[in-house]
Amino acid sequence: MKFQAIQGEGWLLTKAEQLINWGRSRSPWPFPYGTACCGIELMCALASGYDMARFGAERVAFTPRQCDVLIEAGTITKKMVPVLKRIYAQMAEPKWVIAVGACACSGGVFRTYSTQQGIGSVIPVDIYIPGCPPRPEGILYALLKLIDKIEADHPLYKQRPKLIEALEAYK
Amino acid sequence: MSLKDRVADILGKDLVALNEFRGDLCIEVPKGRIVQVLAKLKEEGGFDFLSDLFGVDNLDLYAKAAKKKKKSQEESEDTGETKGKESVQPRFEVIYLLLSLSTNERLQVMVRVPEDDLELPTVTGLWKAANWPEREVFDMFGIRFKGHPNLRRLLMWDEFQDHPLRKDYPLEGKGEERHLNYDIA
Ligand code: SF4
Repeated sequence: MKFQAIQGEGWLLTKAEQLINWGRSRSPWPFPYGTACCGIELMCALASGYDMARFGAERVAFTPRQCDVLIEAGTITKKMVPVLKRIYAQMAEPKWVIAVGACACSGGVFRTYSTQQGIGSVIPVDIYIPGCPPRPEGILYALLKLIDKIEADHPLYKQRPKLIEALEAYK
Repeated sequence: MSLKDRVADILGKDLVALNEFRGDLCIEVPKGRIVQVLAKLKEEGGFDFLSDLFGVDNLDLYAKAAKKKKKSQEESEDTGETKGKESVQPRFEVIYLLLSLSTNERLQVMVRVPEDDLELPTVTGLWKAANWPEREVFDMFGIRFKGHPNLRRLLMWDEFQDHPLRKDYPLEGKGEERHLNYDIA
């Protein structure tokens, strides 16, 4: 017997993927990396008025080990780049990055010797939010977009060769 | 006795120039005497507080003057006349902003630093507050402060090579990047 469920668009695989995606998309715990004025908007989005926790960003993790989404809000100076890289490296998979504001996206108004011209050249970014600063609604919208993205992901499909190997060995 | 007269009185011949603009008094003093002058102002003038210390790069202002001087020198060589003796001001300035807490008077003390001798004595012995501003001036303009307890860069990272507030440094930088070697397995 072949393991249809794993080889085709099988029931077991898709349902397991849906379950995993459901879990991941309902609890994107943020790591608030606020380095400049955009950080204030992020605080506002997290606080009771806008209440980002409604969308699952319930617990703000102040350690990269316990978070899923790195929300980079603010200017990244070149002196800070190694720190950002290190924090990204410390996060456990799966991990996503949201770049909040013009500074994080492209360097913004600071086209100078000391400012990194966008964090996209340093770490992979999933969602860019324009604005200087973006309103809290913008940050919430980005989070919803990210949730859509997580739901459309295929976490097990990427692992398929490994799964088949494991099942064959089991047989 | 007005502040102007008092300062002139205290400094005597250490006073190179004195300029009053809309109630702000700015004095220029010779480079070699800066510590003695500031000590005198602190002891006798009552300026017991250093509110700031910063540098200025007058590249554009004096580049023209230097050019003009060179030209007139060449001309005078041609004709054998001796004109164009006017001196070109040094490129950098360091300015100390002093405040007297008892009389609430302020004073700017300026010293000119030529490009070929970028060294000043530190005033951290007079005011501990001079520590970080002097590091900043060193970082941004490359002016070294002799005797400073910890003359390292304040704003840019240690391996950075240039002095970015100099006017001949491009605003967008020269593509410097900071690298740290973390052990990321
Ligand atoms: S994008 Fe604007 S508001 Fe945000 S950090 Fe940059 S300058 Fe500040």
